[in-house]
Amino acid sequence: MNSPHVPQTARIVERIQESDDIFTLRLRFSDAAVQDGYRFAPGQFNMVYLPGAGEVPISLSSDPEEREDFAHTIRAVGRVTRGLAALKPGDEIGMRGPYGRGWPLDEAEGKDVFIITGGLGCAPVVAVIHYVLKRRERFKRLVILQGVKHSHDLIWRASYERWAQATDTQVLIAANSTEALWPWHVGSPIDLVSQAEFDPANAVTMICGPEGMMVAAAKALKARGLNEADIHVSLERNMQCALGLCGHCQLGGHFVCKDGPVFSYPEVKVLLERGGL
Amino acid sequence: MPASRFLPHSALQSLLDALTARGYAVIAPQARDGCIVYTETRHADELPWGIRLEQDPGSSRTIKGTHRQAFAWANGPQALKPLVFAPSEPLWRISRQADGYAVKAAETPQRPLAVIGVRACDLAALAIQDRHFLHGPYPDPRYGARREGMLLVAVNCTHPASTCFCASTGDGPEAKTDFDLALTELDDGFVIEAGSAEGEQILAALPLQDARAAQVEAAAAGIRHAAESQTRAIPGRNLRDALMARLEHPRWQEVAQRCLACGNCTMVCPTCFCHAETEQPELDGSGSLHSREWDSCFGERHGYIHGKQLRPEISQRYRQWLTHKLASWHDQFGRSGCVGCGRCIAWCPVGIDITEEAAALLK
Amino acid sequence: MKAQRPRIAVHKFASCDGCQLAFLNAGEALLTLAQRVEILHFAEAGWLDPLAKVDIAFVEGSISAPHDIERIRAVRESAKFLVTIGACATAGGLQALRNGVKEAAGWVADIYASPQYIESLPESRPVSAHVKVDLEIWGCPVTIEQVLGATASLLNGVTPVNPGEPVCVECKRRGHACIMVTQNAPCMGPVTRTGCGALCPGVGRACYGCFGPAELPNAVSMAKHFEQAGLDKREVARRFLFITSAAQPFADVGRHYKENE
Repeated sequence: MNSPHVPQTARIVERIQESDDIFTLRLRFSDAAVQDGYRFAPGQFNMVYLPGAGEVPISLSSDPEEREDFAHTIRAVGRVTRGLAALKPGDEIGMRGPYGRGWPLDEAEGKDVFIITGGLGCAPVVAVIHYVLKRRERFKRLVILQGVKHSHDLIWRASYERWAQATDTQVLIAANSTEALWPWHVGSPIDLVSQAEFDPANAVTMICGPEGMMVAAAKALKARGLNEADIHVSLERNMQCALGLCGHCQLGGHFVCKDGPVFSYPEVKVLLERGGL
Repeated sequence: MPASRFLPHSALQSLLDALTARGYAVIAPQARDGCIVYTETRHADELPWGIRLEQDPGSSRTIKGTHRQAFAWANGPQALKPLVFAPSEPLWRISRQADGYAVKAAETPQRPLAVIGVRACDLAALAIQDRHFLHGPYPDPRYGARREGMLLVAVNCTHPASTCFCASTGDGPEAKTDFDLALTELDDGFVIEAGSAEGEQILAALPLQDARAAQVEAAAAGIRHAAESQTRAIPGRNLRDALMARLEHPRWQEVAQRCLACGNCTMVCPTCFCHAETEQPELDGSGSLHSREWDSCFGERHGYIHGKQLRPEISQRYRQWLTHKLASWHDQFGRSGCVGCGRCIAWCPVGIDITEEAAALLK
Repeated sequence: MKAQRPRIAVHKFASCDGCQLAFLNAGEALLTLAQRVEILHFAEAGWLDPLAKVDIAFVEGSISAPHDIERIRAVRESAKFLVTIGACATAGGLQALRNGVKEAAGWVADIYASPQYIESLPESRPVSAHVKVDLEIWGCPVTIEQVLGATASLLNGVTPVNPGEPVCVECKRRGHACIMVTQNAPCMGPVTRTGCGALCPGVGRACYGCFGPAELPNAVSMAKHFEQAGLDKREVARRFLFITSAAQPFADVGRHYKENE
């Protein structure tokens, strides 16, 4: 039985190197019954457990209807994620989840979907991009705006180029600094909000990235006439239990792990604009 | 309303014996190391008879009084919190197998405890912790196992310390609900009442007398006096909006000059629930133990997120603590996180006073 | 074929040898360790190969003499991962009390019968002042749990956690009565890094600050509190200028009180 309190073991079925320090693990629960019963929504996360090192919250990056396995796209930045980066297919790790509130995909049906990501915020929303593209008829326009610090931070570059060719889909990419022959915008992703083609009266926006960027993006979206309640953000905080108990992920009165990590912007606006909380 | 009953001091042992006979390990206050600690107790004569407690900001002293009471003090650094929310405990052990790992949840000891001497502030704090650990989407099985079997013998507070302010938070000094038995101490014994069916059963096993009207009145007067004699007060029961409107107040910097960021306030606070998870691999490579332990929002782990510290300054950490306790707690639990026990004032090494800080912030 | 075991070395610089005892006093765990690693250099235990290439080098002791500088560079060259163990290697140690003291130059002649054999640097410095250190374990001495816990993590392929929380937090977890609050004791616990298990306060003694400054220590407020608690300026200075006198902010606060005696 899958307990929220104790990890299950899961085996790595595939490991994909996405960039120098970003990799994707496809995993399957070792207990077939657990895998069969496992359901998640894009935007939710698992506590990924490297035995001997500890757990880290990582959002799910695969399609929820691919039931054979699931995937995490991870950047090797800390002690646990660097340890995870060294694993190979066939290795076992621990896994608790899924936890948290995902993206409002039901609410987005029949509307334009505008996805804005900064830096490595892309992993949680790439699941949404795949989700929308696979169910294209349920949504209207899809606008993808991705900002990175440096052009070489852009992972899934081929995917962006492919998505840009899809019908009713617009891809906008910005990098603050770039290598030669960078075909996209040089500067802040916020500069590009004005170029996005969507209907502010009938759109849902999903933003993931550094908090400062999310606040700036929300302002730019409001200037385009989008209602704040149609803006959703995915937040990051220190999460140790993922159960709303350990207290580390609090932002104001919210436990980000259970009340989020996806919030509608009005729920967290004041706290994000303040910063340092 | 049942007639009030009276348990003479000389018969207090019968209460301990009745609890033991029902299978409880009895936890009661004792004077030790200059303070009051709640610990396993077999004999009524181990209680802090004749002890008084003088508490001031950053100071707590036990002194020998001339009276003959066992509960003539306010509270010690801890009461119920460590008994239900363990300071550190293993969660699971993962062991290496031929082809992977096996996970085994750690067992939770389930020895039922009966706690004698629970204060009203601690009952209020327990109700908050119950709500946090048991009434969310993921009830905590370890807290639940300890809490479920716990019997609570409240003793109404008749000797508040200078640091106490439970009257202003509305949580004391009288225990009103959520106890099995409630006692009010007089010079020669206790006015005693039951608050649960099990409490009634226990009363039936004790050599009780009918309480005289004068005894009942003396008990009520003792509690009344305890409320009236409190000199500190929190300036308002809901400071949520007032504090959140003052996140840039200069007082945060001022208090950060004094605050040691040592976390003692959070450790002694009976409602603070933060804990961290730790992982210790075995040296022989056979597996690893995953545990949890009390943590503090004054510590580095609390605001750490992959290589970044969200709250690097003491002023930000103190603000996190105070605004959580007195402001955002209302969003989470529908009330303030402060029950007026005054522990954070007494056990702060430099004597920072939450009532004074809250008042200064409101100016 | 059995995979090659990780190789380790334990080096000693200016120190009392007490931190190496964390290995030697580990009992059965030492035997477990010996099975998992190959110990190539550990002079106190009898292995001698100071220049051997190793996966992990543990370094005890401060850099206190001219030849220490060359030697620590060689240790750094030989090791993939360098761990300092103890107050000397991590903060300069007790011997750093000579740092910045004018009269210190004359001490050697006053103390030793043949001072010509003594060659010291003017200051005792931590290993990190000379080479890159991968992990610093504080303590005087470090504990078996710290050293073997860190080793177990490294053998597991993971950087060990290195808690910087104050002693108070651990003291409270253990249920000790606070001796500052109950006895007015000049305890350094609020500003000192944990790792000792709140050893001294647990037996009624004020923390000496052996494990060095905590992650976010308010040493200025601590010193003011000691003054209010009745310590004179010289006594306050001595609380900070002791085992880890060269570590900030203890160094600055201690020196300020010493100079304003």
